[in-house]
Amino acid sequence: MIKTYAEINKKIESGKAVVLTAEEVIDYVDKRGLEAAAKEVDVVTTATFGPMCSSGCFLNFGHSTPKMRISEAWINDVSAYCGIAAVDVYLGATQLRQNDPANMYHPGEFRYGGGHVIEDLVAGKKLQLFGLSYGTDDYPRREIRTLFDINDLNQAIMVNPRNCYQNYNVAVNASDKRIYTYLGILKARMRNMTYCSAGQLSPLLNDPLYETIGIGTSIWLAGARGMVYAQGTQHCSLVERGENDVPVEGSGTLALTGNMKEMLPEFVRGTSFKGYGVSLALGVGIPIPILNPEILRRTTVRDRDIIACAVDYSEDYPQKTGKVLARYNYEQLRSGEVELNGKKVPVTSLSSYNKALKICGLLKAEIEEGRFLLSEPSQRLPLNQGMKSLNITGPAR
Amino acid sequence: MITKKIYLYFPKSETEKPIVYQLVKDFDLIVNIFRAKVTPEEEGYLSLEVTGTQDNIDRAFAFLGGFDVVIHAGNKSVRWDEERCGQCGACVVHCPTQALSIVDRETRTIAFCEENCVECLACIAACPYGACSSAF
Repeated sequence: MIKTYAEINKKIESGKAVVLTAEEVIDYVDKRGLEAAAKEVDVVTTATFGPMCSSGCFLNFGHSTPKMRISEAWINDVSAYCGIAAVDVYLGATQLRQNDPANMYHPGEFRYGGGHVIEDLVAGKKLQLFGLSYGTDDYPRREIRTLFDINDLNQAIMVNPRNCYQNYNVAVNASDKRIYTYLGILKARMRNMTYCSAGQLSPLLNDPLYETIGIGTSIWLAGARGMVYAQGTQHCSLVERGENDVPVEGSGTLALTGNMKEMLPEFVRGTSFKGYGVSLALGVGIPIPILNPEILRRTTVRDRDIIACAVDYSEDYPQKTGKVLARYNYEQLRSGEVELNGKKVPVTSLSSYNKALKICGLLKAEIEEGRFLLSEPSQRLPLNQGMKSLNITGPAR
Repeated sequence: MITKKIYLYFPKSETEKPIVYQLVKDFDLIVNIFRAKVTPEEEGYLSLEVTGTQDNIDRAFAFLGGFDVVIHAGNKSVRWDEERCGQCGACVVHCPTQALSIVDRETRTIAFCEENCVECLACIAACPYGACSSAF
């Protein structure tokens, strides 16, 4: 080991840390050589910006007079979960607005939902709370309707039980009719493909074996100082990996949290996927401390060294056949066109490389100015963990 | 000869007048209609491109000004909100005329070129961020 977290933090505090983005570090190491660069570079910043359905927030409203134990609540007509303490609620990003016709008239538009409420909260807009209760001796109020904004709340804490998917499928539609998915609109007969990863900028692709990113890692969550609080749901590290240890499918995930009162509206955005539903697009930046040359080498991963699998979302994905139609690297995908069965297919992304690049730069600036210190994880993410399926058992009813 | 994009809003009182016919006949304009939604007894919208001499176009605009019609000159009725754009590029493959495209491959920057837009509205369905919208 050539550096410790404490040494790097000391350099950051004195404003002398050398920080590069995950894009800049590639050329830098090429020019300087790995050993020399490992001595010079202290931190590499990684980032991603894209829809993260597994998002939500805990809100505390404070008490009205008389007090109320809210048992059902709607924020701008979007239902929030109240099965917790008196004036705490949990609002999920994919929750639809009350009376949204969903896919009753297919494909549904899903113009407003939980993700948009979260966007409006961070943007400081006034929202409407409507709450009901059955009333108790200590909490007699039965109904409440009031306007509020994020400054009126005691706490607004975002939680993302599953974020920063290490890698992801490339979606294509082999059927003869258009389909609507969380990876966007897929034209019939494989006329387009979509992927969703920041590739060479993405946090877990720059730390494929979770050597520095673990439980307790400080992160940049939409501008707020957040952290990794657990392994993400569906964290499945036991997957096929390339020679560089980079997985060729979903694999690792992170559970993140951060204070919404510190977030920047640009990086917290409600999204509507036609025919699918609502979600939340979120910007995440994660610093990687360059503790040794090996960690640095892994951050020099290039789009062309990262492979993703093209999967048919009309049949193989919903039916879980496990079939992969083709494999591409992110350089090919990012070129905007790949070949499948001898045909040229246009490719687009749901994850924004542009915003991820911007976040890498913002986090870099914060570290350079001594405003963001690194934290050593208290626990590592599991390395050899598989994923269970849900088997349908029990008597048929 | 010059070409101008306009879109018009017709209040209920003006929806029964054959305005486009007069643009062609009286002012010798070449009219290319992108989209129209004009129904008698209801309000209506018309998005079009007119080509003609400067003089004729000026006279035609003066003629339109004589009606109770709102003229949005130089604009298409499809808008792209740069602030709302998530810069993902999901729209690019659905836009048939490359009006929405990646203008900088290094930074993967998406931009909208109004000139190329034919108002097919495919972007509105494809954009998760609601960055594209239509006046009607």
